[in-house]
Amino acid sequence: MAGESTRRTFLVAFLVCFVCSLLVSGSAIGLRAIQEREVLTIHYRNVLSVTGLLAPGVDVVELWHEVVDPRLVDLDTGEYSDAFDPATFDPRRAAADPALARPIPAQVDLAGIRTRTRIAPVYFIRQEGEVVQVVLPVHGRGLWSTLYGYISLAADLTTIAGFGFYEHAETPGLGGEIDNRQWLAQWPGKEAFDPEGQPRIEVIRGRVDAASPYARFQVDGISGATVTARGVTNLLHYWLGEDAFGPFLQRLRTEGFDD
Amino acid sequence: MTDIRSTLFGPVFNNNPIALQILGICSALAVTTRLESAFVMSLAVIFVAAFAGGSVALIRLYIPESIRLIVQMTIIASLVIVVDQVIQAVSPTISRQLSVFVGLIITNCIVLGRAEAYAMKNSVGRSFLDGIGNGLGYSLVLLLVATLRELFGSGTVFGTSVLPLTQAGGWYETNGLMLLPPSAFFIIGLLIWALRVWKRDQIEVEE
Amino acid sequence: MLEYYLSIFVRAVFVENMALAFFLGMCTFLAVSKKVDTALGLGIAVIVVQTITVPINNLIFRYLLREGGLAWAGLNVDLTFLGLISYIGVIAAMVQILEMVLDKHVPRLYAALGVFLPLITVNCMILGGSLFMVEREYGLGESIVFGLGSGTGWAIAITALAGIRTRLKYSNIPEGLRGLGMTFIVVGLMSMAFMAFSGIQL
Repeated sequence: MAGESTRRTFLVAFLVCFVCSLLVSGSAIGLRAIQEREVLTIHYRNVLSVTGLLAPGVDVVELWHEVVDPRLVDLDTGEYSDAFDPATFDPRRAAADPALARPIPAQVDLAGIRTRTRIAPVYFIRQEGEVVQVVLPVHGRGLWSTLYGYISLAADLTTIAGFGFYEHAETPGLGGEIDNRQWLAQWPGKEAFDPEGQPRIEVIRGRVDAASPYARFQVDGISGATVTARGVTNLLHYWLGEDAFGPFLQRLRTEGFDD
Repeated sequence: MTDIRSTLFGPVFNNNPIALQILGICSALAVTTRLESAFVMSLAVIFVAAFAGGSVALIRLYIPESIRLIVQMTIIASLVIVVDQVIQAVSPTISRQLSVFVGLIITNCIVLGRAEAYAMKNSVGRSFLDGIGNGLGYSLVLLLVATLRELFGSGTVFGTSVLPLTQAGGWYETNGLMLLPPSAFFIIGLLIWALRVWKRDQIEVEE
Repeated sequence: MLEYYLSIFVRAVFVENMALAFFLGMCTFLAVSKKVDTALGLGIAVIVVQTITVPINNLIFRYLLREGGLAWAGLNVDLTFLGLISYIGVIAAMVQILEMVLDKHVPRLYAALGVFLPLITVNCMILGGSLFMVEREYGLGESIVFGLGSGTGWAIAITALAGIRTRLKYSNIPEGLRGLGMTFIVVGLMSMAFMAFSGIQL
């Protein structure tokens, strides 16, 4: 083994760094296009999965371009916003940008998220030119983690057409049961708002009594997941309420879908 | 021939890095709630261990003693970044499930330990095989734990239903504990017990 | 605001304990938990290193690596893929610097903690802390609290385990389970006990 010299140490260090940096940046740049395409496909699938249109074997990207009309909404006014391109707007990144984020006053912060973006995406689902569903992104605190999901409202803007989460880290088997298909299957057909337009839908404790006059606003609880279930109710009440999508939904009810 | 075989398979049974050397357990357990993520994690570790061993062995005669560890770390970290990028490209969903644990392969004692203890003294081919062997030993434990946890925790194997659940009209009531962190410790503890009953020379003597 | 930081701290210490809920730092956790005082020494060293490295890595992430982070230099590049290698570099460098500073200025502390510092570079709990900080998008204040909290949680866990293990010497354990096997079972029981903290919200 050759002796050590400062020059040699630097030379080896430099060469190792050089080769490694080639390897790392090569893979990062070479794979970026594929990564971005995959991320987009997953985003499409997440949105479409709550619409009930995503039958097995359907091409997600094709279906997206066929039925989905993404728009951006200014939450404070309820008007559409043209500030960004809806196709590339990333709500998570926007939430981290102080210029776009707005603190939520503690007394209305049901979802426990502290800040929200001023601008949020909404997805109109159109079939044969008519709007059949409106998909809204929602998120809020569960027990361990923030739950991210979408809720789809039918064209009457009251009946729920679909609901589901695409990201959370709740306890598997307990809070994690919010991914359970049978549980999610109860949601379509329920009513999100009471006749006064206030968010009313809730996950109750125990089973829904079908005879109850409120059954149309209620969904079965999940055993062992009280906190997660309460989180689901709260985040829906926040996002469908006055401080979030409320003004936008109100405007759609009075003005209709044509803009 | 037997030589190559013992390099490759020695670490899997006789000298299993997790059970015997208590190495690399950190990243092993958090991804074992589902077989799918454990499987991807295993592939990642095998890949990193093999190539780290190979490349360290390749330049072992040129690495100055004073910066030995940092050179090994750099090589391993670069390989881990490559693996992480590949997983993100192939499946962002799995990448998200594995969360920070792919990155933690860098500090996985198996990888660094084998680079230091074996690859610095042996040829490229042997070190590569040694990396695969140690990766396989790690995978064996990881997959075993993940199979048990997924089977008894969710009644499925690789996501396909094996034990029909009561919620779906079957007979199996899922065991929620299997999906929680403590079960991984219990399973590993019992595995070590079983292994030591089988191979009695591994039993620890009292101090 | 204080309440919010307190809640991050409590979560990091009890609810999301690095060792018992995320299995981080296991190698050292099992190897250095035979005596209470060594475990405590390592625990304190971990708290110190964690409280320093998480905020520093937070600054590196926010002002160098993330997309738009280099805006102050007039660049707009996304270097997040360099995260892993930068964090581990920072950790190794910080441990080295800490070792030298302690050796020079506080030799008594160095004599107590010095032996543990090199162990910490490869403790995945330290790297894990920085990675969680990035994944959870913590700010600077939050990272300081999180670093302190996660380090403290780990220190509590290893000290408690060492305490239990000293007592275990008097138990008659089946042969094959002695040592490592029993330690795992004990850690599992501790982990179960810590599950009782889950869902605590301040």
